Amino acid sequence: MSQDIPEEAIDQGGSPSMAHVARPGLDTSHGVMLYVEEVTVSFDGLKALNELTLYLNAGELRCLIGPNGAGKTTLLDVITGKTRPDTGTVFFGNNLDLTQLSEYDIALAGIGRKFQRPTVFHGHTVFENLELAMQANKKVWHSLLARLSRTQHDRIASTADTVGLLDQLHTRAGLLSHGQKQWLELGMLLIQDPQLLLVDEPVAGMTHQETERTAELLVSLAGKHTVVVVEHDMEFVRSLARTVTVLHEGSVLAEGSMEEVQSDPRVVEVYLGA
Amino acid sequence: MVSSSLSETSPEPLVADPPAEQPEQSGSVLTTLLRLHTRGEWSLIGLLFFLGVIVIPGLNLLPADSAFHFPDYLIPLLGKFMCYALVALAVDLIWGYAGILSLGHGVFFALGGYAMGMYLMRAIGTEGVYRSELPDFMVFLDWKELPWYWYGFSNFGFALGMALLVPGILAYIFGFFAFRSRIRGVYFSIITQAMTYALMLLFFRNDTGFGGNNGLTDFKRLLGFSLQEPTTKLGLYVTSVVVLILAYLACRYLVTSKLGRVLMAVRDAESRLMFCGYNPHSYKLFLWTLSAMLCGLAGALYVPQVGIINPSEMQPANSIEMAIWVAVGGRGTLSGALLGAFLVNGVKSWCTAAFPYLWLYILGAMFIVVTLFLPRGVAGLLRRQTEKRERVLPRPADAGHVSSLSNTGERG
Repeated sequence: MSQDIPEEAIDQGGSPSMAHVARPGLDTSHGVMLYVEEVTVSFDGLKALNELTLYLNAGELRCLIGPNGAGKTTLLDVITGKTRPDTGTVFFGNNLDLTQLSEYDIALAGIGRKFQRPTVFHGHTVFENLELAMQANKKVWHSLLARLSRTQHDRIASTADTVGLLDQLHTRAGLLSHGQKQWLELGMLLIQDPQLLLVDEPVAGMTHQETERTAELLVSLAGKHTVVVVEHDMEFVRSLARTVTVLHEGSVLAEGSMEEVQSDPRVVEVYLGA
Repeated sequence: MVSSSLSETSPEPLVADPPAEQPEQSGSVLTTLLRLHTRGEWSLIGLLFFLGVIVIPGLNLLPADSAFHFPDYLIPLLGKFMCYALVALAVDLIWGYAGILSLGHGVFFALGGYAMGMYLMRAIGTEGVYRSELPDFMVFLDWKELPWYWYGFSNFGFALGMALLVPGILAYIFGFFAFRSRIRGVYFSIITQAMTYALMLLFFRNDTGFGGNNGLTDFKRLLGFSLQEPTTKLGLYVTSVVVLILAYLACRYLVTSKLGRVLMAVRDAESRLMFCGYNPHSYKLFLWTLSAMLCGLAGALYVPQVGIINPSEMQPANSIEMAIWVAVGGRGTLSGALLGAFLVNGVKSWCTAAFPYLWLYILGAMFIVVTLFLPRGVAGLLRRQTEKRERVLPRPADAGHVSSLSNTGERG
């Protein structure tokens, strides 16, 4: 799908400063949202990612699976700017070189992330958490003078409703249960309205029912958004029923539908042990 | 916006919040101001203002033999406390709300003080001991002309501007490199200590041109008013109260704005905030610079009231004491910081007169007690009492003034 993309189109962003300028107009004219090419990351000689190459199409829902230490979280770290790759390129659309941008610039460019361990602002209420995450001008002066408009109020309320936290709108996030914190973080991701959502183990600590609702939500997001889900729960991955990428020792081992991947002897070997 | 709502009842619950107090409908400055506090809190502020600006000066102006006469010697002391309270506000802003403990705010205070001191030196004119155009210490050092960095300080407005700008610029440069290098926590605090120590050594030198270890003193007048006159002292005191209240309201606006919430998020989960698209470094830098400028203003108000500025104001211990004021009062609440500054300095004034050798032990003991038993300071203790009482008394459901949306009063 992506082998026929001309080299010059990928590097259209030019210098990092140009990428900065080009931010609002993300160019996905080739239908590809994310290009991860031959990325290597090593920690003290240990290769967490090893020449990993991965393409994500705009609007797709992709599941990343793999045994512990396969490099799933490291890959998300590289995409969101938390970890810089030793070699390789990461492009958002055709024009944004993510290896040159800071974490917050990447977030502003339209990549949102939900962490493995739910990370919310504990001292703030649910409402305030959503307010902070909401898409807005996030410069200092704007925050000093910012006033929530009626529409923004409604938007926060409707997002809280979507994630089932409308009754807890003015509860401090620190007082929420583990599952509710997971939902709140999902809500923060939704209201940030990113084009690419990276969701790390969204259903850990959720009940069966909550898991089902999360699956529904993620499926409904795909299409308008590109979604990457990292998950251990195979049942959950199967319920999403989309393309699955299996990582192993820092590179892609297999890619395809759940059935194809499951019948791949290499995957079976990795998961069941040789 | 993601349009998918998984629950069936999406349109109705959107009006869960009372539409009566929507911020957008009331954009005027006055309503913005009024929203900063509840009615009760405003009454308290009004009362304190009345007491500080009308009652005390009124009593002071009574004839000296009157039983109600407020003693003259207390006026500059109270004025000094107002300046300390302003410093506590500045320290609390950066420590209580952004979680950055500065142990170098004494530098910003002293720099503001020096800027004002330079004006006061120039205002002496030729009335100094040596009857020279130059400040006395320059004549003493056998300097023939004014160093270039003293130019302009004969103008009050210029000096006042510098009292704000010099601390601001120093803080900006310092903060720019420190925050960019992601220096946090105790490392940041230690560097600020080093900064104040280094500047103290610099200012101790005669060659630096600020009067060496004697500093600047023997001031005569400010804007034409003699500093020896009780009415001038009273005027300075009233100015300090007014500036303190205005600064408090400005800080209150800041911490209850979205900016304040972003800053508290910096304190609680900085990395999460980055993934929300905020640049925490620029937020910290803004607050840090603002805090330094507030300190500079406090220094500028302080110097004419105490009549001297010298490098001992930059002693590391001074900056640590400032942090103790805030810790004792309760960091993370502006009123707590003010309370702490008044409390600690009140005890200090009394103590250093009654048993001067014990003061440092008492200060240390206060700090230890607060750290061990009152993590939220005296303000936290008071609030706990109120909360207890409120739990006993039945509370009227969602009474009047406190809007559910703008209710951040708990942290004020």
